Amino acid sequence: MNWIYEFPFQLTIDTSAIDKGVRSFALTFDSVLRVIRQGLTTTLLTIYDLLTFIPWWVLVLIVIGLYFKQSKKIGMSLLYGGLLALIGFTGLWTLMLSTLSIVITAVILSVLFGFPFGLLLSLSERANKIMRPVLDTMQTMPVFVYLIPAMLLFGLGRVPAVMATVIYAIVPIIRLTNLGIRQVNHEIVEASRSFGATTIQTLIKVQIPQAFTTIMAGLNQTLMMAMAMVVTASMIGAPGLGMEVLISVNRIEVGRGLVSGTAIVIVAIILDRLSQGWVKPQTEEESL
Amino acid sequence: MKPILYVEGVNKIFGSHKEEALKLSKKGLSKNEILEKTGATCALLDVNLDVFPGETFVIIGLSGSGKSTLVRMFNRLNDPTHGKIFFKNQDLAQLNKEQLRNFRREKIAMVFQHFGLMSHRTVLRNVEYGLEIRGVGPELKKEKAMEMINLVGLTGFENSRIDQLSGGMKQRVGLARALANDPEVLLMDEPFSALDPLVKKDMQFELLKIQQKMKKTIVFITHDINEAFKLGDRVAIMKDGKVIQVDTPENMMANPADEYVTRFIEGADKTAIMSVKHVMITPTTIVFKDDGFNKVIREMRTNNVSSAYVVDEEMNFLGVVGLESAMRLKDKAATLMDLVEEVITIAPNQSVAEIIPLASQTRVPLAVVEDGKLVGIVSKASVLTLIANDVSVDHSDEELDSTLA
Repeated sequence: MNWIYEFPFQLTIDTSAIDKGVRSFALTFDSVLRVIRQGLTTTLLTIYDLLTFIPWWVLVLIVIGLYFKQSKKIGMSLLYGGLLALIGFTGLWTLMLSTLSIVITAVILSVLFGFPFGLLLSLSERANKIMRPVLDTMQTMPVFVYLIPAMLLFGLGRVPAVMATVIYAIVPIIRLTNLGIRQVNHEIVEASRSFGATTIQTLIKVQIPQAFTTIMAGLNQTLMMAMAMVVTASMIGAPGLGMEVLISVNRIEVGRGLVSGTAIVIVAIILDRLSQGWVKPQTEEESL
Repeated sequence: MKPILYVEGVNKIFGSHKEEALKLSKKGLSKNEILEKTGATCALLDVNLDVFPGETFVIIGLSGSGKSTLVRMFNRLNDPTHGKIFFKNQDLAQLNKEQLRNFRREKIAMVFQHFGLMSHRTVLRNVEYGLEIRGVGPELKKEKAMEMINLVGLTGFENSRIDQLSGGMKQRVGLARALANDPEVLLMDEPFSALDPLVKKDMQFELLKIQQKMKKTIVFITHDINEAFKLGDRVAIMKDGKVIQVDTPENMMANPADEYVTRFIEGADKTAIMSVKHVMITPTTIVFKDDGFNKVIREMRTNNVSSAYVVDEEMNFLGVVGLESAMRLKDKAATLMDLVEEVITIAPNQSVAEIIPLASQTRVPLAVVEDGKLVGIVSKASVLTLIANDVSVDHSDEELDSTLA
């Protein structure tokens, strides 16, 4: 009788069954998960080793050079180089490289899976309709939620951090690849078909190059989202700048938090500016 | 001659309730009534056409008349709802995927209204596209593409980017790309509509020139009646998905099928379509070169004219003799030939527009000569009558639309 203000009955969702399901999945597919874990660990360490192998000043020069090449602004280039060096001078260089290795691995994986998936969605109306709510969910679900299964399946450390980051950051590259291909001028696609091109030929020779700018914008967003996930991922033990922030929060050390937080901002800005350069329309000669 | 493209009872209906829409259209309901009742759009209704090898077949109609839908059926970018389209003896609907690809690669090519060029490729690489799809080797590909670039007058621009070109140049690239595959049929979907009037004229001229060399079968879509009559060997007028009349421009002018066609061709510049043979008349005063002076003078006096056309026994045109000079010099000159003046002659298939300057200057009616023989004359009066009758206002689409609605 109180149903106007109260729900007449309650559904009990057996969340423990979901937990059990994930656990038993982890056990059943342990061998598969172990291969993935090992593969990812190797990749992560290789990238990390590569980054540590590069002397700090070389990396600073690379940033200055790359930014100067695309913007022709010497002042800004020097500023970004200087900011990067500042991270090193505050003693956070190794942690930054650790963070970068996770971000780079996650972005590589996102592109590897997201780009073809985006192409698939652009070609099939049905797949697009089914996937749209899934992608919405992936993007709006609180990121912490991904951490739990990632931790259950891959334990603690870098690997689950990469997995959670990929799930979160893969969405823009899928979306913008799909959008870019769909937005290619209809007449150009028609022209390609009228010359007897196959679907694949049209895709490779016309649609992907025409959608290149949009796809690169997606890559830029994926990169930024991966960077944003870094702090969150430190909660499951990913080393790096995020861990520094987390520790400062736990110990209520404002200064330490501000320094490491600023370092994250600097890395994010530099990555954003450098990847903005890809977004600019390129002619064929330049992209080859 | 057997048609190269043959359209048989083609309907194209978009939306659901296709059969119902078709039934209603057979009952004579209009396109809009059918749309209201069934929600289906009838783009094409019972279209029958044939296009012969080597001709330029123009399909003209206002926007929404179904002309672009129709032209896309020839290379199956669209498929008909009902009916068949044949290329030579091949029913296009029967082609499987691979056969269709080969048909598109080898037999038919298309030029698009907004060019359909790939901005990430250079001019050369755009023109090469069709050849690339066919798997032609790099050297032959480049050689053929360069040949086409030269043909359309873009020599020196092969490495330019598309966005560096003007509209007219872009469409030249589109044309070169289509011709590079050496197709039997060239489909042109309003290729010059996006160009400004002067460039449009240039391109029409260019197309006529190229067509003279290449002798392709061209299906050309336009909404410009002057363009249709200028380029078309035959013209089909479409309205609301139906073909109203198919005929040569001259016959269409002489015998429009209905009020709609009449209205449509009112906008046409008649002097450009009508040729000399349509306005010439039989010369009244012909004299032979061996005739005596007195006979010649008498001829002119009885016909009340001041000059006569002189021919030989085989009707070969020799010139004009004036009444005045004949009277003045008849005692001094030995033969009639001494008095004959040479005059500029015109050919029967020249357009009236071309001879207007001549006709306005001439003292005597212009002699029309074919293979050396006198076949008729064109007086200043007959040209002027044609211009006067020509309600040559430029009807834009909208104007025509509203007058026809």
